[in-house]
Amino acid sequence: MIVRPEPSPLGRTTTTFVGIAFICFVFADVAITTVDPWQEFKLLLVGIVTPDFYATDSVAQSIGYTLAFAFLGVALSNVLGLVLALLFFSRIVRTFCAVIRAVHELFWALIFLQLFGLSPLTGVLAIAIPYAGIIAKVYAEILEEADPAPLKTVPGGTSLLSTFIFVRLPDAWSHFRSYSMYRLECGIRSSAVLGFIGLPTLGFHLETAFKEGQYSEVSALLILFYVVIATMRTWMRRQLIPVYLIGAAAILPWGISFSFENIVRFLTEDIVPHPLRTGAGMDAFGDWLHLMVFEQALPGTIATVQLTMIALVATGFLTMVLFPLISPLLFGKASRLSGHIFLVVARSTPEYILAFILLQLWGPSMLPAIIALTIHNGAIIGHLVGRYTETMKLRQDASKGINRYAYEVLPRVYRPMLALLFYRWEIIMRETAILGILGIATLGFYVDSAFADLRFDRAMLLIAITAMLNICVDAISRSVRSRLRLQTSLKQQ
Amino acid sequence: MSLLEIREETVGYSGTTVLRELELTIENGERIALVGESGSGKTTLLNLIQDRLGKAAALVPQELGLVQALSVFHNVYMGRLHQRSVWRNLRNLFLPAKSDVDLVRPVLEKLRLEEKLFTSVGELSGGQQQRTAVGRALFHPGEVLIADEPVSAVDEHQAREILAAITADKPTVILAMHDRALAIEFADRLIGLRDGAVVLDARSSGMKPGDLDDLYRNVDI
Repeated sequence: MIVRPEPSPLGRTTTTFVGIAFICFVFADVAITTVDPWQEFKLLLVGIVTPDFYATDSVAQSIGYTLAFAFLGVALSNVLGLVLALLFFSRIVRTFCAVIRAVHELFWALIFLQLFGLSPLTGVLAIAIPYAGIIAKVYAEILEEADPAPLKTVPGGTSLLSTFIFVRLPDAWSHFRSYSMYRLECGIRSSAVLGFIGLPTLGFHLETAFKEGQYSEVSALLILFYVVIATMRTWMRRQLIPVYLIGAAAILPWGISFSFENIVRFLTEDIVPHPLRTGAGMDAFGDWLHLMVFEQALPGTIATVQLTMIALVATGFLTMVLFPLISPLLFGKASRLSGHIFLVVARSTPEYILAFILLQLWGPSMLPAIIALTIHNGAIIGHLVGRYTETMKLRQDASKGINRYAYEVLPRVYRPMLALLFYRWEIIMRETAILGILGIATLGFYVDSAFADLRFDRAMLLIAITAMLNICVDAISRSVRSRLRLQTSLKQQ
Repeated sequence: MSLLEIREETVGYSGTTVLRELELTIENGERIALVGESGSGKTTLLNLIQDRLGKAAALVPQELGLVQALSVFHNVYMGRLHQRSVWRNLRNLFLPAKSDVDLVRPVLEKLRLEEKLFTSVGELSGGQQQRTAVGRALFHPGEVLIADEPVSAVDEHQAREILAAITADKPTVILAMHDRALAIEFADRLIGLRDGAVVLDARSSGMKPGDLDDLYRNVDI
């Protein structure tokens, strides 16, 4: 006989989410449609182990451009983000930041492509705008958490700016710095992915090499990319920042011109719903809206939510498998090293690139997207949870092996793990929408098609809906976290 | 044969000496209390004994070593994880088997914790948590129990109950205690420590708390 204890709120939430994900999975299309997926996979593996760093001179160039966009974008977002963080007391600023960060870099890039064409401005702004929204929120939180006691000691009549520079900033500075480093790492990943929509970064060459079956070149590009990210702490020094920024500005091809007429037309005409622009009347506008909602927005939203929920829960399961690999409580030094290498590679590879590769191998279905989102996010959370276990102390006579994992370690990390998972929920959803550009029927698919057909009115409506969806999920996640009293202070990621 | 013989010139961590000129023999069936001021080396000596005994001893560490997210049942059940198959342990994590619950329940009854069987430890008071840790050690099949201040967070009445349960269940008991009266009452051998040296090793019968004053007297006076 079995005694059934009353489920805890944590357990109930887990069951609910697993149940939802299961239902989503039952209705998901996860077929492998390519004729011989393993044949192509074998070729890819051969390419991976025989990297060709001299395939084209574009390898070094694409890494250079990738870094240049990331540097300028992240630098600009830091300046904008700090200013916005100082104005964060205003509800308008907070809402503004929530909206700009709810739109993914790639969507921003698709919009800026219409405004500035392939000018470097497109790539820099595509990174800077959403990152400014994220940085504003994080910096505002850092400033808020700073010790308020020194404020009382400031002499009366001191200007706000002086108070800020002498009292607030020094305390927050080291946090700003470490967060900027993390953002730069994200920026390099985002910049690489921008290549998939035509900018001259890593993604562009990766896509070309992949389509041509040049797997040795793919391998060389990816290896260089990992090396750049893994060695970031050594080459990213404060004194060198001006050098990097000037260098970045110097190598980008600023010569590409864009017309202001184009920009004005896009903003004042192209994005106005077609029936209104042509004066076809409200009835036609109603039809337009009906078509958009029922044939694009709704199916896109359903697929996006479905894929997000599957990926969220699968990420949770994978995290439970991955974090022990780097935990000193469970594995020795030698096995942990291979765990670390696997996690670094998995979390440095953007979901988009992983999904792209899997899509080439398996054909279009939800499966490549699920696996890509799960591996990338599972590796990120697994890394954080694994690091967290380094600070844990077990009693001397604690059990060993799977018993230790199930009884000592997992129960202790489960709460912080869920906190991180719910924190990443919104990020997973933003990414899910974007994967539509690769041909999976999430919102990004409809956005991309609208841009391809030059129907910018439709694209803007769909992007707005995607942003609203992200803001909703963020709100739900926050309420779940506060109801379960899940703290995300473990690490701000 | 003795349970344990310890002969050490010095014992310490990373260069600092905590215990000196240690010469101790512990017999099976003894009930020993280590007494002395905080910082006198009780915990270090307990750790040393635990080290020498290996896995055979049940342990109540000072910081308890409980898993806050798990229930009292699970924490106590952990005393016998090594005796069960991994599959059974995994199943009990989610669906506790009645047979195992029935084994844990009497332990909790002795400690007056039976009503908290499926409460998670994080929701318990300090005293209840301490009793849970004692429960885990009682559930442990080992014949020797080592406990570092096992009754520091409960009132005197409960302390007596807990110590009675410990000494009734386990043939050999080694406790670190700061309460002199309880040490004399429940142990049959007292080992007094001061500044890392054994300054007293005697039968407790007939002793009064006042006899231990020397251990606690400030050296400077």
